[in-house]
Amino acid sequence: MLLNVKNLSVTLNQDERFISLVKNISFSIEAGKTLAIVGESGSGKSISSLALLDLLPKNLQKSADCISFNGQDLMALTREQMRKLRGTEISMVFQEPMTALNPVRSIGAQLTERLCENMGMSLPEATRVSIGLLEEVGVSDAAKRMKQYPHHFSGGMRQRVMIAIALSVKPKLIIADEPTTALDVTIQAQILDLMSQLCQNHGVALILITHNLGIVARYANNVNVMYGGTIVETNSLMELYKNPRHPYTLGLLRSVPRLDQNRSHALIPIEGTPADAFSNISGCRFHPRCPKTQDKCNQEAPSFIDDVACHFPLLPEEVSLT
Amino acid sequence: MSNASPLLEIEDTSIFFQVGNQGFSRNSNLIKAVDRVSLKLYKGEAVGLVGESGCGKTTLARGVLKLVDLTGGSISFNGRDISNLKGSNLKNYRSKVAAVFQDPFSSLNPRMTSGKTISEVLQVHNYTGNINGRAIELLELCGLQARFFNLYPHQMSGGQRQRVCIARALAIEPDLIVCDEAVSALDVSIQAQIINLLAELQRKLNLTYLFIGHDLSVVRHLCDRVAVMYLGKIVEQAPSEELFSNPLHPYTRALIDAVPTPDPQKEMHRTIKPLKGEPPSAMNPPTGCVFHPRCSIKLPKCTTEVPQVSDVPSDHLAACFAVNTIETRN
Repeated sequence: MLLNVKNLSVTLNQDERFISLVKNISFSIEAGKTLAIVGESGSGKSISSLALLDLLPKNLQKSADCISFNGQDLMALTREQMRKLRGTEISMVFQEPMTALNPVRSIGAQLTERLCENMGMSLPEATRVSIGLLEEVGVSDAAKRMKQYPHHFSGGMRQRVMIAIALSVKPKLIIADEPTTALDVTIQAQILDLMSQLCQNHGVALILITHNLGIVARYANNVNVMYGGTIVETNSLMELYKNPRHPYTLGLLRSVPRLDQNRSHALIPIEGTPADAFSNISGCRFHPRCPKTQDKCNQEAPSFIDDVACHFPLLPEEVSLT
Repeated sequence: MSNASPLLEIEDTSIFFQVGNQGFSRNSNLIKAVDRVSLKLYKGEAVGLVGESGCGKTTLARGVLKLVDLTGGSISFNGRDISNLKGSNLKNYRSKVAAVFQDPFSSLNPRMTSGKTISEVLQVHNYTGNINGRAIELLELCGLQARFFNLYPHQMSGGQRQRVCIARALAIEPDLIVCDEAVSALDVSIQAQIINLLAELQRKLNLTYLFIGHDLSVVRHLCDRVAVMYLGKIVEQAPSEELFSNPLHPYTRALIDAVPTPDPQKEMHRTIKPLKGEPPSAMNPPTGCVFHPRCSIKLPKCTTEVPQVSDVPSDHLAACFAVNTIETRN
C-alpha cells in the first residue's frame, strides 16, 4: 500500500464547541492506482485530503491512529519534513486554476522554482526540464510561454500548467481536488484524459476528488463514497456501480440524468438536504434522508464493516436503478 | 407544432459589445457575443441552449429578458417586437417572462425573507388577492412548507433557495421562464429534486422554458428541443431525442462525446477523441466557419465561407458544409 489511513478525524474548535467535520475515516491506495472520492458539498472529501497533507486552516485539528505513506509515518513528521514531502512525493492539483497560480510570477518561474528547490537542479537545467514538461502536458510554443504570466493562459491551459507543476517533482501520489469542475466539458475531457494518461505512464497514484459520477466511472479504479464526514461505502469501481450497498450510493446513481437512458426515464432524487456538520443528527447521519431507515438507524451510528457503513446494507436484489 | 405561431421568436438577432479603449480612442474592439441567431419557442415546450462558457448563451438570454439591447435583428413575444417596449407595455412584458438564475446565493436579497421576496413581486404587479396567502401557495407549489415564509436566505440550503427563486418566478404567472444554469450550482441529489420540480411545474402550468445549461444530460432530460451554440452562433438545433441520437454538426458530436456516462462497463469500451484546442476568442473570431480551427472534417471552403443553416424548413438544422457529405448518419 502506498498510502494507508486509519481513523482520520478532523474537528473544528468553535466557541468551545467541537464540531467533527470528518469522523474516523480509513482508506488506502495502491501505488499507480486511481482512487475516486465522491460526495456532495460538505461531505468532508476536500477537508480529509487537506488533512493528509497538513494543509488544514488553523482552527481545524486532525487526529488519526495512523497515516502511513510509502513506509513513513506522516503523523510523526515535523513541519519541515512535511513541507519537503509535499514538494517531492505528494503533489496537489486544485479546482481553481485561476487562483492556484501566482498571478505576478511567470509560469516559468513557478515551474522552475519547484525543481530548483526540491530536486536540487540548476536554473538552466530546471528551465530545460520545465519546457519539456509543458510540452508533455500539451502547451504549445513552450519556450515562449515560459515567460508569460497566468493571465495569458486560458482556464484549461492553466490547469495543464498545474498538472505540469504537480508532475515536475516525479511524485508518487497526486491529489486532484475537483480538477475540472471549473472547466468546460470538452476541456474537461482533454484534461482528465491527459492526467490519467500521465499518471499511468509515470506510475503515479491519483486521488481524484469529484462529485461527477461519470468522471468516476471513466477514470477510477476504486471509489470511496463520503457523506456527512464519513466514508459510507468503498469498493472497486465495477462492483460499486453494479452492486451499491449503501442507500446513499444507490440514491446518487439514481439521481443523475444520463445520456444512455431514455429521455422519459424519471430521476429519483434523494429527499431532504445534505447533512451539514453543524446540525445534530443522531445515529446514522444519512437516516433522515434514507428510504430504508428503521428505529435502529436514528439511535446508533453504524460502524464501517465489510466496506459499508450501514445497519441494513442493500442486497443485490434490492438494487434497481429505476 | 410549426403551424402555430411561436410564443417567442428570436430572428436574426445580434448582440455586440464594444470593449477596450473607449471614449476618444478609435481603437476599440467589437465582441460579437451573439451573431445572427434565430430560434423559435412554442408555447408549452422546453428549449435548451447549450454551449461552452463564452459562447453567448447567457447574453442571448439577457437579450430575451431585455437586460441588454440588441445590435441587430429582432425578438418578438406573441408576435410583438419587444425592442421598443416602454412604460406599461414593458411592465406587461415583464409580467409574462420570468427568470431563474444559476446562483441561488446571490440572486436572493439576504435581508428579505422568502415571503417578502415573493410578495414584493406580487405587489409590483398589482396582485389583487391576499398577497401573503398567495406567497405561501407559491412556496408550497415549489415544495416548501408554509414555515419557509419567514426564513431568510442564510437559513436555507442551496436547494431550498433555488425553490424560492422558482416560486418568485412563478409569482407573476409567466408564460416563459428563462432558466440560466438554474441547476448547475446544486449538489447531485438536490439537482435531481429541482429538475423534477421544473418538469412537474411545466406540465401543471403549461410553462415554456428557455433552459440554458452546459450539462448535456440535464438539458436532454428536461428539454424537448435543443440548440447548440458556439462562439455566438447556433450551429445546430433539433428535437432532443434526434439531436442526441443523430448529431450532425461536428461540434455537437464532440460535446456529446465528451460527457462520461456513469457506467464503468460502458466507459471501459468507449474511446473518445477529445476535441483539440480551445474556443477562440470572440474578439477575434476565425474567418469562415467559426469552428473550423478545431474541426476534424473541415473542407477547404470552411476557412473562407460562413455556413448557414439550410433554407429548407426542417426540425433538424445544422450550420455545417461538411454535414451533407457525411455518409454515416447512424
